[in-house]
Amino acid sequence: MTGLLLLEQSLNGLQFGLMLFLLAAGLTLVFGIMDMINLAHGSLYMVGAYLIAAIATASGSFWIGLAGGTLATAAIGVLLEVSVLRRLYRRDHLSQVLGTFAILLMANEAVRMVWGSQPVALNPPPALAGPVELLPGFSYPAYRLFIIGVGLAVALLLYVLVTRTRIGMQVRAGASNREMAMAMGTNVRRLFTGIFALGAALCAIAGGMLGPLLAVQVGMGESILILAFVVIVIGGIGSIRGALVGALLVGLVDTAGRTLVPLLAERLLGPAAAAGAGPAVASILIYVLMAAVLFWKPRGLFPSHG
Amino acid sequence: MPFLPSRAHRPSTRAAALGAAIALLAGGAQAADQVKVGLLTTLSGPGSGLGIDIRDGFQLAVKQGAGKLGGLPAEVTVADDQQSPDAAKQTADRLVKRERVDFMTGIVFSNVMLAVGQPVFQSRTFYISANAGPSQYAGAQCNPYFFSASYQNDNMHEAVGKTVQDRGFKKVALLAPNYPAGKDALAGFKRYYKGEVVMEAYTPLSQLDYGAELSKIRASGADAVFVFLPGGLGVNFVKQFTGAGLGKEMKLFAPGFSADEDVIRAVGDAMVGIFNSSQWAHDMDNAANKRFVADFQKEYGRLPTLYAAQGYDAARLIDGAVRRVGGKLEDKAALRKALEAAPFESVRGPFRFNTNHYPVQDYYLREVVKDGQGRITNKTVGRVFEAHADAYAGECRMPS
Repeated sequence: MTGLLLLEQSLNGLQFGLMLFLLAAGLTLVFGIMDMINLAHGSLYMVGAYLIAAIATASGSFWIGLAGGTLATAAIGVLLEVSVLRRLYRRDHLSQVLGTFAILLMANEAVRMVWGSQPVALNPPPALAGPVELLPGFSYPAYRLFIIGVGLAVALLLYVLVTRTRIGMQVRAGASNREMAMAMGTNVRRLFTGIFALGAALCAIAGGMLGPLLAVQVGMGESILILAFVVIVIGGIGSIRGALVGALLVGLVDTAGRTLVPLLAERLLGPAAAAGAGPAVASILIYVLMAAVLFWKPRGLFPSHG
Repeated sequence: MPFLPSRAHRPSTRAAALGAAIALLAGGAQAADQVKVGLLTTLSGPGSGLGIDIRDGFQLAVKQGAGKLGGLPAEVTVADDQQSPDAAKQTADRLVKRERVDFMTGIVFSNVMLAVGQPVFQSRTFYISANAGPSQYAGAQCNPYFFSASYQNDNMHEAVGKTVQDRGFKKVALLAPNYPAGKDALAGFKRYYKGEVVMEAYTPLSQLDYGAELSKIRASGADAVFVFLPGGLGVNFVKQFTGAGLGKEMKLFAPGFSADEDVIRAVGDAMVGIFNSSQWAHDMDNAANKRFVADFQKEYGRLPTLYAAQGYDAARLIDGAVRRVGGKLEDKAALRKALEAAPFESVRGPFRFNTNHYPVQDYYLREVVKDGQGRITNKTVGRVFEAHADAYAGECRMPS
């Protein structure tokens, strides 16, 4: 039974980690290449989830919603970059934090005005609503498997894009030395806009995938944004590979913390004390992980700046 | 300069207050010309469905009385507590100090209730709970200004505990949010369930993904699961529970909160067959309830939840008490006596207050079924407790 529990928890951790990766990938590129702290990244996740839910409800199909919402969010990302964020690149980090925090607040209120403050329902497609029997006597929700599949596919596509294409080369060059990349003739302005659109689209996919599991609601972006920052700090700012490894680590540690720590605490302290201490320990575990990584590798696991 | 006026102002305010107090002593209590109610409830986030139903139930009662409560024109100020104890405390301060409301009501979550209680009681404003019934205010910290028109938090869970015990389940997994009512819930369940608890977990009130907990429940080998997850939490849990295929391996039990009409609307077919407990059900056969359910459906186009019923009863309790004191809202002692008598027809049938101002009432078992009209809804199966009081009343020394 314990073996199955471990397997199921690993799948849960993988699923959560891959979704964190979708968020962290955009964040780490923006942070690493443009040297820009973007607190509004979580808002794109929220707006994406709302758009997907709205289009899915209107069209009656989850798939149309996912495609339409992702494209629309990418367009919003481009609009945001061209109109506001472009002006913040040259400012210091404090101005960027303040500016993007303002965008975050405005996005929350705008969403509240359009959709109201009650959560919006987004249901998984009917075909994926049930369980799938993976091993005899062990079934796992089909929708979570689907999330894992999508996450892996996006990670693979990103890997190919970054390591095998010309754009990817420019992205990597920009991340490790921006001035040099500009000197070599990269159109940085267009590259930035493109990266931003890609980041926004990844946010929307994550929002749409997690929407049926969590809730599509105002403020959903903030809590997950904190985790995404933890991920890119662990992985090394500007590195896609770092974001993937960091996200999987955070996902696994978070899930393991929620099941194994209470189990362990129960053995050591007895059920009454464990019920109180277990959740508390579990929720700080990922920050302990971050502190440990920063202690031994202050620039993260895969630093990209030269 | 800005400091001077306030210094100069202070003595005159004090004099005015003194004057008002003397006038009050001399003249005795006057009938007020209106009754002001502060309805502070959760209107945003995953818990918002609950607050909206309390608000709608309360407003329905006011509307049925042509905008009056106890013969006086009612002014109901609705505010959102954002499910945050801090925000709620600030808003409650504003309502009792600036708006000078006569009654407060509406809070859904017990952690919010415990933050708001002290400032409200200190201002000698009556709080009529339309949901939260924390054990703290039922026992040693009981207060003359607190009345629960709903239940004590443990009660519903006691009823499920007894049901699970009576039906012969031997291994139970328990799950509740990590906040005062979550603790009350599992304590209540275990008061009547005597079998083995194979898993017990508390999750953060903000947690919406139960993947890790579901794996633990599966691994625990339980034959029954009891979850206390109100509103949006319950919606997510039941969806994920059926998504993981656990429905075939074990029976799911819940208090009324996790299987009420709001959850049913959001989850659909997967709810059928879930047993849950409640002090009220929309199919209960009494005149007050029939009128309530019919009017609620006509007004809002949906079936009421128990939150709506509690909001409605809170308004009708205020209505009855204000009527009984003839609108003399300043006479706190008389108003308290009137409230204690519970002068209203509750939609749940027999209802009276215990010495700690919590209800003594019946609790029922409901099952989610597909009814004759093809809609999925709750059906009352039977009575679990008759004239049931809470376990904390004995610790309450209510100041007279």
